[in-house]
Amino acid sequence: MERLSLNESPANAQPRSPRPQNQFAQNALGPAGPQPTGGPPQLPPQMFTTAAQLLDLTDKKLVLILRDGRKLIGVLRSWDQFANLVFQETVERIYAGQLYADVPRGIFIVRGENVLLLGEVDLDREDDIPPTLTKAPFEEVFELKKQEENKRKKGDKKRYDELQALGFEPEHSGEILF
Amino acid sequence: MLFFSFFKTLTNQTVTIELKNDIRIRGTLKSVDQYLNIKLDDIEVLDLVKYPHLSSVKNMFIRGSVVRYVMLPRSEVDVGLLEDATRREAANQAGKAR
Repeated sequence: MERLSLNESPANAQPRSPRPQNQFAQNALGPAGPQPTGGPPQLPPQMFTTAAQLLDLTDKKLVLILRDGRKLIGVLRSWDQFANLVFQETVERIYAGQLYADVPRGIFIVRGENVLLLGEVDLDREDDIPPTLTKAPFEEVFELKKQEENKRKKGDKKRYDELQALGFEPEHSGEILF
Repeated sequence: MLFFSFFKTLTNQTVTIELKNDIRIRGTLKSVDQYLNIKLDDIEVLDLVKYPHLSSVKNMFIRGSVVRYVMLPRSEVDVGLLEDATRREAANQAGKAR
């Protein structure tokens, strides 16, 4: 891919569809002067849409991380412009201490606002689990996780109270976690 | 729209993104959209020991709403131009509000 220039008149970036692309027509960084000949070539504006980004990930095995800290591994089957997602053959992986466990979950429809990130799983490296981690039965990991959560909540509460006494509003009270 | 255009000029640069949950990810900026959702290639998680579930991930899509900072290569940013552009944008917005 070539680099883009700050001047945005799409010299070789004709929109393929006739629909208006007003949001791309205006140059936000300055008046769109005549493009100097021989300037850097530009990518078409349709490369820079949510749809283009998610299209590459469709039907691939992904790690989905949600705002509440859940990690889901599954195949992305469908999506829309808000990053609402449909996942198939989903497995939830829970981590606690040096242990992890997999729980089969099935099909998920996820509302976009809850998505933190989507990572494409490198199928060659998928089974290279860090040597410090051990697979354990679900019940054991779940119990350990519950204990960790409680400890974290207590710590968060303490920090929250101290910050509030100083007049700060904490950004998030430990709600967003990986 | 200004920062959307600005990030578009930074495609294929190496950037470091800090998310609102403190995780930091370095990678090649591949794409950005109107919500400032970001696509990174060849990622590297800076504190992988704490986030083992990302060890087998090579590229990712980050939702714009969870980004706290984007750290940029100093040499690739024309600060003067960006300052001018932000002022012009602010003046335009003020003009519209009136």
